[in-house]
Amino acid sequence: MISVSEIGHFALILALGVALFQFVVPLWGAQRGDVAAMRSGISAAVLQLILIAIAFGALMHAYIVSDFSVLNVVENSHSAKPLLYKISGVWGNHEGSMLLWVLILALYGAAVALFGQNLPLELRARVLAIQGSIGLAFLLFIVLTSNPFTRVDPPPIEGNGLNPILQDPALAFHPPFLYSGYVGLSIAFAFAVAALIEGRVDAAWARWVRPWTLVAWMFLTVGIAMGSWWSYYELGWGGYWFWDPVENASLMPWLVATALIHSAVVVEKRNALKIWTVLLSILAFSLSLVGTFLVRSGVLTSVHAFAVDPQRGAFILMILCVFIGGSLSLFAWRAPQLKAGGLFAPVSREGSLVLNNLLLCVASLAVFVGTLYPLALETLTGDKISVGPPYFDLTFGPIILPLLLLVPLGAFLAWKRGDAGLAVRRLWLALVLALLVGVIVFALNVRGPWLAPVGMAVAAWLVFGAIADVAAKVALFKVPLATSWHRLVGLPRSAIGTAVAHAGVGILVAGVIAISLWRVEVIVALKPGESTPVGKYAVTFQGEGPLTGPNYSGRVGTFLLKEGDRELATLHSEKRIFRPSGMPTTEVGLYQTWHGDVYVVMGDETTGGARAMRMYYNPFVNFIWLGAAVMFAGGLLSISDRRYRVGAPKRAASLQAVPAE
Amino acid sequence: MTRKQKRLSLILGGLAVLGLATGLVLYALSGTITFFHTPSDLADTHVQVGQRIRLGGMVEKGSVKKGPGTLTSFGVTDTLKTVTVSYDGILPDLFREGQGVVTEGRLQPDGSFVADTVLAKHDENYMPRELAESLKAKGVKLGKGAGQ
Repeated sequence: MISVSEIGHFALILALGVALFQFVVPLWGAQRGDVAAMRSGISAAVLQLILIAIAFGALMHAYIVSDFSVLNVVENSHSAKPLLYKISGVWGNHEGSMLLWVLILALYGAAVALFGQNLPLELRARVLAIQGSIGLAFLLFIVLTSNPFTRVDPPPIEGNGLNPILQDPALAFHPPFLYSGYVGLSIAFAFAVAALIEGRVDAAWARWVRPWTLVAWMFLTVGIAMGSWWSYYELGWGGYWFWDPVENASLMPWLVATALIHSAVVVEKRNALKIWTVLLSILAFSLSLVGTFLVRSGVLTSVHAFAVDPQRGAFILMILCVFIGGSLSLFAWRAPQLKAGGLFAPVSREGSLVLNNLLLCVASLAVFVGTLYPLALETLTGDKISVGPPYFDLTFGPIILPLLLLVPLGAFLAWKRGDAGLAVRRLWLALVLALLVGVIVFALNVRGPWLAPVGMAVAAWLVFGAIADVAAKVALFKVPLATSWHRLVGLPRSAIGTAVAHAGVGILVAGVIAISLWRVEVIVALKPGESTPVGKYAVTFQGEGPLTGPNYSGRVGTFLLKEGDRELATLHSEKRIFRPSGMPTTEVGLYQTWHGDVYVVMGDETTGGARAMRMYYNPFVNFIWLGAAVMFAGGLLSISDRRYRVGAPKRAASLQAVPAE
Repeated sequence: MTRKQKRLSLILGGLAVLGLATGLVLYALSGTITFFHTPSDLADTHVQVGQRIRLGGMVEKGSVKKGPGTLTSFGVTDTLKTVTVSYDGILPDLFREGQGVVTEGRLQPDGSFVADTVLAKHDENYMPRELAESLKAKGVKLGKGAGQ
């Protein structure tokens, strides 16, 4: 009898063949003007999705029923594991996560195939072919070096279990979101390469690239935020971002994707910055590939330690070289044929978006250097170094700060030729309010670091600037409120989305500044009954007891949290030992309020019956994730804009289209 | 402005930003990086007292002493030499005797090391990559799984 995992393996190999077809035939068809060959890409993309979904489903089935004849399940699962973690265990390991990667790639490919009816046939065929080539490379990688369906004979009775720190609800869904972001950028990449082959970029092209990039950007935002939230409460270090190489690997494409969604606006609205936008599309996906390489190859020491295999690293590096090198060469060859578009003055909406792009790319470059410099230095000189948070504070901060200051201004500059003085005058109220926030913070925090009032004023500037943007668009208080309301309802959703997302950045900045300046950290040894002050709170260690869970046991410490004489909450921090690996983890005791968290970690036993404890008061820390959520909501509003729902206009109907040479 | 002038001003502006950023990156790199050392090359190289470095090795068996308070001291060894490290804080979950550890801090005049960060990583066979390579270079025989 054929087992389910055998069907999965078979489907995977078939998908490889289909990917080859999807790469070659539509591309050839588009060159030769063969309609049937071009159309075949559509069915190939759908078939590809079906086959990979079967393979993925088969692997998930093996995990759910704990089929220990599959090596991957033996190594990463355990029959006593909760169902959620059996499912998330599918992508909690190298092979399964690569399968998830190609599944999401196939999903995007099928989406272009099915929802792209109003795309010109040639463009669609080429985009699908490029998608197919990416799928081909990664399916080859999976089948040759990382086959999730490798069998073991005889099958063991029990599996090794999933790394316990990955057994967490937020982390269960972190990889799918992150990958949806990474892989979503492949659409922009495929459109860019297709445009280079065709030799033309126009508003219709941008109107297609924009929503897809926005979707990828939204997923990336949520994925990064989830990872950050997870490391905050699961790793027990009390931080939300560590400038770990793997975190940086996700931040770099995010920064470039952010630049891309802004530059695509210029292409769509003004038919300018075309060459640059094509380059950004290539760079964004290239950084996704670099990210995949950094995580999967294990060349960098990181908290994300999947097993490392040099053969795999070399394979991904090869994929990297082919796609990045190939697309950049194509760019160098074909980009000069793209006609330059509309003119604009340096001070204009376009100009401000150029500066936005420049700063975002330079910030990404700084992160890139900091992440890869240790690797380069070790290869060249053999010196082993680490680049830590001080480097990133010193470079990333000063590059991003001017960008944040410019965000509200940019929205008030007119297209083509803007008036900076007028923009400032229209923003006077936001400016005054932001300065007021700065002064208040300074007054409350006279001895604090100078960055505190500046940072908070910048955060307020972003939020009030965003409000001013919408207020100006609806002419608030200049016309009757009812009229303003009607204008607000009639406003394009993307305009509101932009303002919301910018306000989200402000909220995030406020959280980051607050926690980096006003966090209270207490490290203390406590015996049962003893207490310690944490900021304005007092925490009493009441004692500890035994703990049993479905696949772990351990100790649980109980803490009483008081503010003055008022009892606020009883917190629990756990030290868990997971079966069967014997791996220990720590669960944080968390008391959350809108203005900050009290964070309690129980450490090891020390002398005299005491335990070492680490406690934090993290002011406004939740603003960081709230800000990310608001940015996501802004993206959602933009994507729901009617223009995108109706879809891009046909090229023939587009007035701004530039004919091919 | 003509098209050419506009393009030129854009390019010059871009180069200026890029130049500033490059300067910033180089300045930051020169000041903030930390070098990795093993106990035995701590003696060979010229690590100055008070310089911030990473020290990696295995936690020497039987060397962990707790207290007073939240203070912990332990030996970090590469089997050739051992350095005593003291650390005030909570040790990571995976910190265990006989296993790999990377500490970050400063060398003291008496040859001991005061760490403000202790990193211990993942599974039972895990050894920090830098350490595995250094040890291999020194001809120390490693167990299965080292360097993964």
